[in-house]
Amino acid sequence: MKVLVPIKRVIDYNVKARVKPDNTDVDLTNVKMAMNPFCEIAVEEAIRLKEAGTATEIIAVSIGDKACQEQLRTALALGADKAIHIQTDAKLESLHVAKLLAKLVDEHQPELVILGKQSIDSDNNQTGQMLAALTRRSQGTFASKMVIDGDKALVTREVDGGLQTLSLLLPAVVTTDLRLNEPRYASLPNIMKAKRKPLEVIEADTLGVNLTPRIELLKVEEPSKRQAGVIVDSVEELVSKLRNEAKVIS
Amino acid sequence: MSVLVVAEHENGQLKAETAKVINAALKVAGGVDVLVAGYNVDDVVQSAANIAGVTKVCVVDNALFEYQLAENTADLIVEIAGGYTHILASASTTGKNTLPRVAALLDVSQISEIIDVIDSETFKRPIYAGNAIATVKSNEAKKVITVRASAFESQSEQSACEVEILSLALDNTLSNFVSVEQTESERPELNVAPVVISGGRGMQNGENFALLNGIADKLGAAIGASRAAVDAGFVPNDMQVGQTGKIVAPDLYIAVGISGAIQHLAGMKDSKVIVAINKDPDAPVFQVADYGLVADLFDVLPELESAL
Repeated sequence: MKVLVPIKRVIDYNVKARVKPDNTDVDLTNVKMAMNPFCEIAVEEAIRLKEAGTATEIIAVSIGDKACQEQLRTALALGADKAIHIQTDAKLESLHVAKLLAKLVDEHQPELVILGKQSIDSDNNQTGQMLAALTRRSQGTFASKMVIDGDKALVTREVDGGLQTLSLLLPAVVTTDLRLNEPRYASLPNIMKAKRKPLEVIEADTLGVNLTPRIELLKVEEPSKRQAGVIVDSVEELVSKLRNEAKVIS
Repeated sequence: MSVLVVAEHENGQLKAETAKVINAALKVAGGVDVLVAGYNVDDVVQSAANIAGVTKVCVVDNALFEYQLAENTADLIVEIAGGYTHILASASTTGKNTLPRVAALLDVSQISEIIDVIDSETFKRPIYAGNAIATVKSNEAKKVITVRASAFESQSEQSACEVEILSLALDNTLSNFVSVEQTESERPELNVAPVVISGGRGMQNGENFALLNGIADKLGAAIGASRAAVDAGFVPNDMQVGQTGKIVAPDLYIAVGISGAIQHLAGMKDSKVIVAINKDPDAPVFQVADYGLVADLFDVLPELESAL
């Protein structure tokens, strides 16, 4: 089966985002960028399907400016067969991304699309579900286990009360949770080989999707700061403060 | 302005988040309708009808909705969306699963996890693991929104409102429920508990989490965990507090053996009072803690239990 894996270039997860002084957005100049951690898990899962003989071809796709080709090369070094870069400088909402991806799904007809459950910058957790809706496919979100069984995918999902297993009719859209797998690192020879793998560039505006923003970003602020706390010396002092000062225990 | 709130329920009971989502919805309009889609949901309907501000409860009681799978629930919501300007649900795993599917079917951009309502078009939501708060304005004719329940108060009660039974012919050929593995717990649910005590990597193993039980019992607390503790297999993942787990804002949050990574703080830094117990005085968790105790948790936890 063919697997499509959309990936996103985001701020490195160890970096604390800083708000611009003019409150227009978060400042990303000279900030370390990386593949979104949930997307790494999606790539890894696709590679494991290929190693198991289930997947025959893995196509990695990223949407954004030229810099996201760096993350596509990473996906190729990890084991993706080819990459597609949908080039745009526009700031996209999840719906736009889902619509662009739906065009690729129409063209390539992958049996499985694996995405991360959310990107750690916008924290939307929308794209996979929207893509499933637009392509009228089944969806298995927040997956911590996936087993392909004939024309079905058995997906175990992380839900609020525990774990839920669904049987999805293929073709399906699956989004990854952190516990789906442990992503591997790219080896140096594979990074070198990835430079020769095909990377197709498509201009976003040739795909016939209206990318007009529907949500305006009016302001971005620092969250309210917490008052500096105190260090207590003993359990007695802690309990006494919680009882008499903070009054949160009786 | 006409607002629909999708009720959250489980095992035949309305979940406490719904009353908070209704509170958020009432900041948009004077009255809200609530949709209950499920199977054998009489108690859920009754609870929903008794929440102050609810004008009408729309009910679809059908085996097809027993597990509230996204495919058919989204189709159902789209079916009745025509009469509403706003559709809101909790940013729980159920709401997050279903609403973006609804939004795409309606061809609108969704706003996720709002923490404040400025007006009927403008909302605040955290981005970058809560390190920035964005104010966003939706230009969509229909606004599809998930609500961070912990950011809103719970609505009080009223005498029951009107209930309308809907019968709709829908189907779901795309997905089937297979099984569920629920984490059994006598304790309050993590996202609504007034007190939460969480353990991290410092707990060293799953057995040591039992040290938190006595304290949780005395405080009526729920027990949470950091990602490190979940990844190490100490506790199940539905106990995870953080950017990718549950977001909590209890009156009291006690972090035990948790360093305080960005991703964990994202899930608890709006707690009213934060206590950190950690033997590393440089742990980032102390920067958000109201009360910090630098000590070995294995010495402190038994002491704390007997002091309460």
